[in-house]
Amino acid sequence: MPSRQGLNRATPYFFLAPAAAVALVGLVYPMLRSVWLSFHEWSIGTPPESARFVGLENYRWLVADDAFWVSVGVTLAFALAVVVLEVVLGVALALVLDRDLRGTSLFRTIFILPMMIAPIVVGLIWRFLYNEQFGPLSQALKALGLPGVPWLSSPDMALLSVIIADVWQWTPFIFILALAALQGLPASAIEAARIDGATRWQTTWYIKLPLIAPVIAVAALLRLIDAFKVLEVIYILTEGGPGLSTEILSLHIYKTAFVSQQLGRASALSNLLLLIVLVLTLLLVLARSLRESRAGKE
Amino acid sequence: MSGTATTRRATPFSYAVIVALALLSLGPILVMIATSLKTKPDIFSGSFSLIFMPTLENYRAVLGDSQNARYLTNSLIVATISTGLTLVFGCMAAYAIVRFRFFGRDVVSGGTLLMRMVPPAVLTVPVFMIWTYEFGLSNSLSGVILVYTAINLPFVIWILQSFIAQVPPALEEAARIDGANDFQVFFLVVLPMIRPGLAAAAIFTFRIAWNEFILALVLTNRFTRTMPVKVSLFINEHNIEWGQIMAIGTLIAIPPLVFTFLASRQIITGMTAGAVKG
Repeated sequence: MPSRQGLNRATPYFFLAPAAAVALVGLVYPMLRSVWLSFHEWSIGTPPESARFVGLENYRWLVADDAFWVSVGVTLAFALAVVVLEVVLGVALALVLDRDLRGTSLFRTIFILPMMIAPIVVGLIWRFLYNEQFGPLSQALKALGLPGVPWLSSPDMALLSVIIADVWQWTPFIFILALAALQGLPASAIEAARIDGATRWQTTWYIKLPLIAPVIAVAALLRLIDAFKVLEVIYILTEGGPGLSTEILSLHIYKTAFVSQQLGRASALSNLLLLIVLVLTLLLVLARSLRESRAGKE
Repeated sequence: MSGTATTRRATPFSYAVIVALALLSLGPILVMIATSLKTKPDIFSGSFSLIFMPTLENYRAVLGDSQNARYLTNSLIVATISTGLTLVFGCMAAYAIVRFRFFGRDVVSGGTLLMRMVPPAVLTVPVFMIWTYEFGLSNSLSGVILVYTAINLPFVIWILQSFIAQVPPALEEAARIDGANDFQVFFLVVLPMIRPGLAAAAIFTFRIAWNEFILALVLTNRFTRTMPVKVSLFINEHNIEWGQIMAIGTLIAIPPLVFTFLASRQIITGMTAGAVKG
């Protein structure tokens, strides 16, 4: 039946068409436009056709701009700190709590609550907690007779305060994945180690951790990529300040575009951030395929 | 009992740890809700306390403001419609990727993963420019819906792929032999079987659209604003009305919190599928 054949061949494209159309219009085209705009100088309020071609000027300006490098440093410090803290805490807690606990599903529900609420709301909550006059954290310190901490007003503290909020929100993500991985381990491997006389510590260090490492690596990379997306919590907590001490790249893009109204430069920044995320994503793909090939051998 | 050989028994210490963690997770959220129920003097009294006369005054003030009612409605419209569109388009695309061998399949599947990682901030400038000067979509809810559908699609396709792959192909074959065409097979056989996956995808999509801030900030005006945008403007005013801000924060947090309690299993499945499979 030729007509049936024809339908079959076209079918996947029919199924794909609506999603492809939306993605082309809403993602691919804007990103191409962003590349185009990064070679132009354009100001809000004028049609894009009036943009002036400036070649690599925007990129040259960026590389020479101190604020850009500060922002890169802040972004890397933030991303590395949250990923390391969340992975270490999340895995450690999973190892401690890998037990026959009652009420696990209720606890898991509670742990995902911070991840589900809006980043904007997380920002509000922590801005209140950090308030130096009447915030609960300052009050608790005062009750203990400790001096107040300038959580958000000191350039030395602000980044740490922002990191704490992220760790609060996302450590459960690593914890839940690590716990699931631990509980999915083959009983035989652990049993064998125990028969061979391995201590609990040795079993953890030489058997369990290596076995869950691939899952943790993928989870950590996902968190790392997400760390480059963070904007709202910091926007609400500090707006990048004091000074530039918490101005991560995504916030720097927003400010360059809509506060200083340098859209070409903001596009150049966007493309650089996109490039970083792209490289990390390729690493993620690599980590996944490594894991799959290892799983295939077993 | 599974895994008795490896799973150690719980001790009082492990219960103490997990309860402490639960309090740590819940504490800040409870502080927000408590503050939203306090009067101004109670908030600024200089000692934070969980014992106070609760009042709905802040909610009355927030919801009595017709602007806020409008922004909440905007948020609801944008999140609901974009979730619906994303799910329909996303499950169709996921089905094509999982079940068909076609020219360009690898490009589509790899592109999906890459696009899932794009930070929204990267889209603000070009989308603002295109929506304003090329599509005439600025300051309209449809503009926001379009960009939300676009950013959520890769994620939904990604999650649903693993669910569709688990549907036994024999079932689809049987339906085909009974004379069903590809579309009937998809809508009448496959979709009902991946309901848990659709639920997880719907929750994640709704949550992202409902919570999203930066694109909405750039693409809306004072009529089409969504609630997260409103609250960001509210908090940078000179006299911060903490009671009202926390009331708005609680209102924004309610739908995701309700979903979490209703469907935590699906959420965790979706999270694990997103991180571990794919």
